[in-house]
Amino acid sequence: MLHAVDVHKNYGDYVAVAGVTLFIDEGEFVSIVGPNGAGKTTLINVLTGLLQPTAGHVHYKGHDISGAGPVKLAQLGMARSFQLVAVFAELTVMEVLQAASLTRLGRGMRLFHSLGSDREVRENAEHIASLFGLQDQLGVKSGQLPQGNKKLLDVASAFALYPEIILLDEPTSGVSTSDKHRIMETLVVASKEIGIKSIIQVEHDMDIVFGYSDRIVALYEGRVLADGSPQEIECNEEVMRNIIGREPVRNA
Amino acid sequence: MSTPTERTTGSTEVKHPDGKGIGLWLKLALVLLGIVLLALLPQVLSRYYIILMMPFFAYSIALLGLNLLFGYTGLISFGHALFIGVGAYSAAFLMRDGGLEYMEPLILLSLLGAVIVAVPVGLLAVRYIGIYFGLLTLAFGMLFYSFLLKFYSITSGDQGIRVEKPILLGFIDTTGIDYLTGPFYYYCLGLLVVMALVMWRIVKSPFGLTLRCVRDNSVKAESLGIGVYRYRFYAFLISAIYGGVAGVILAVSVGQVDPTMSYWTSSGNLVFMTLLGGFTSFFGPIVGAGAFILLQDQVMSLWEYWRLVFGAILALIVIFAPSGLMGLLTMGWKKVVR
Repeated sequence: MLHAVDVHKNYGDYVAVAGVTLFIDEGEFVSIVGPNGAGKTTLINVLTGLLQPTAGHVHYKGHDISGAGPVKLAQLGMARSFQLVAVFAELTVMEVLQAASLTRLGRGMRLFHSLGSDREVRENAEHIASLFGLQDQLGVKSGQLPQGNKKLLDVASAFALYPEIILLDEPTSGVSTSDKHRIMETLVVASKEIGIKSIIQVEHDMDIVFGYSDRIVALYEGRVLADGSPQEIECNEEVMRNIIGREPVRNA
Repeated sequence: MSTPTERTTGSTEVKHPDGKGIGLWLKLALVLLGIVLLALLPQVLSRYYIILMMPFFAYSIALLGLNLLFGYTGLISFGHALFIGVGAYSAAFLMRDGGLEYMEPLILLSLLGAVIVAVPVGLLAVRYIGIYFGLLTLAFGMLFYSFLLKFYSITSGDQGIRVEKPILLGFIDTTGIDYLTGPFYYYCLGLLVVMALVMWRIVKSPFGLTLRCVRDNSVKAESLGIGVYRYRFYAFLISAIYGGVAGVILAVSVGQVDPTMSYWTSSGNLVFMTLLGGFTSFFGPIVGAGAFILLQDQVMSLWEYWRLVFGAILALIVIFAPSGLMGLLTMGWKKVVR
């Protein structure tokens, strides 16, 4: 579904991603792990078209999407969320979800229609809000939500596009431990409901990584150190020591 | 904890035009009251003040457009008088060289002129934000000003061009009546009401909501599939159209066009009026235009260094009342209700 072939990304002399090849198939939940500076966010930014790779190609559903830009990718059914909370601070929860529904339905350019009387968009927004447990905060400004809910709203607005594939950059960072599992549960249930085929996430919390992933990709200094099922990764001594920071599981 | 997209000044939170400050019905009642009062003014005020109201209508229309850019899209134009100039000179040319004497085609063609100029300027400027957008618009404004000043054979330079009084609605001309304080006053009032209604529709539309997404976080907006440049460009075109219409009104009411109309100080005045009234409110700019014109008239007659007073006022607003007069009024109203 999403193929990255020998992707490189340099910032001047600094090599952030040094030849990553990655295949994501339909139905997979893939976690990308690695220490700070391993190139995880850069890789996500290349995969989502925000950054043009220095070399290599990214293919999505048969299209070469290297540097295609997020707008085009959103139209092709790819969505993302951000590491740092990214919401429209002055817009209410309802408005944020309405805006996402509008772009999905291609109605953003409607100049003289009344937004308030577009029932389809409103119901859409309400449906997404209820999937993410935000239905009681529809009138609250996004900037005034508690951190965990901001994070949820960021993800929810990406889900409101009904994408086929979604890339989540640290969906639970900066959120309390008790909130983390709530967010992940919500996310998994919502993605089934919406029909999202594949999820790629960057995540630091290893309980979450091992608890939810079908596959784990370990990045180290811009390269893929290991790529396999949680069971395989658990037995990989190098990855467990250097990246996960735990002892490998022997004879698992 | 504050992200760069949040505009906060100290503890005074800046609320954007989307906030539901007071009830919708109360708002509607206030607006209707405002229109009725404006309609009654010619019966009570002297001719001097009625003539003073003409620029009020012109600037109010221009500011409705400017604030679509400023308040709703987050782009500050320091060259918006360019479009007032384009509208005014289009009207002057059409009357002088084209022999056109009807107001409606004048407005439509001048508006078209504003669009023609806004397309290349907009295509270039909307790729930039913040100070770069501001400086680019300022540069184009100055370019147009220089053109008006230097191409004497077409524009008559700093002498400007005389503008006749066009026929309104196909039958109202200047014979036997006081054109400016009579029919033209009501014509301008009607135009302001119509253009405000259209703008109200635009800011409450899907397009308006999308503009606010672009304003608050353009990266996030793109990730939702919003073509940020396209939206900024259309907002720019719409604001130029409003500027163009304002230019025609100004030209007719002054009876003359000259290059100072699009000089940078005129653009600065527009930004000042917006801040004075409050860019966070839909009606803020209109209130700002009224307050500016009254204030200018009063202070100018008292003291020749009126700009000094205006500078001080601007500083006070930015520091203590970033939501402008409308912000203060809403705050006062909330205290009364409580």
